[in-house]
Amino acid sequence: MAEEPQRQASRPLSPFLTIYRWPITMATSIVHRMTGVALAGGVLIVAWWLWAAANGPETYNFFSDVIATPLGQIVLFGFVWSLAYHCVNGIRHLAWDLGYGFAVPTANATGMLVFALSILLTAAAFAVAWLDFGGYYR
Amino acid sequence: MSLETPLHKAQGLGPSHSGVGHFWTQRVTAVALVPLAVWFAVSALGLVGAREASVLIFLSNPLNAVLMAAFMLISLYHMTLGLQEVILDYIPHPGFKFFLMLVNWGFALAVAAACVLSLLRIAVGT
Repeated sequence: MAEEPQRQASRPLSPFLTIYRWPITMATSIVHRMTGVALAGGVLIVAWWLWAAANGPETYNFFSDVIATPLGQIVLFGFVWSLAYHCVNGIRHLAWDLGYGFAVPTANATGMLVFALSILLTAAAFAVAWLDFGGYYR
Repeated sequence: MSLETPLHKAQGLGPSHSGVGHFWTQRVTAVALVPLAVWFAVSALGLVGAREASVLIFLSNPLNAVLMAAFMLISLYHMTLGLQEVILDYIPHPGFKFFLMLVNWGFALAVAAACVLSLLRIAVGT
């Protein structure tokens, strides 16, 4: 009963993800998971920053130099956007946990809002850093 | 053919008996991380282009040190719960799944230890 023999019959398979049109809610869901996994790398950047600060000026300067390279900035951009996205969409998830925002038009609208807001926050953070509005704790 | 019932099989695999705790801890850490992430963003932007000496002054402030430690430790806990969910979803092989679970928790504990050690070293100035 529990274990039907597995036959290699040519039975029709249920359609997989690739066959569906992608609604925004599907995209926000998988991107939430992907940014979550990416943030495991982001945590390493912050840990490296703390480790470098604790190890003296030479180690710290090496960290700053690496982050300042074009590749370093691209990785940092990915980290900051992942953090912004995961945080903003996380708030959307918490609202769902409380029972709000399940109506399809609402979920679609908040999905668009999450993408827009995360890009806006990331752009704002980099604008502040590059235009030298940051560094107020220097 | 195994004589094991489907129920017994289910109880021995995956997050049985600990699912609610996993779910709830993930939400509680998520709520804590929202204000901590805002604090972290404001702090990181304030330290853009800073020399090591300024970073040390910032992180040796007890309030900043505690918030930084909380941000890292709660992040790592939240991360481990999330990665565990991903592993359980995508890795069917029991042995590999078990291996990845160990890597998952080992990675988080190692990074947590490194962060706490770094913050303590900064706090006592060595």
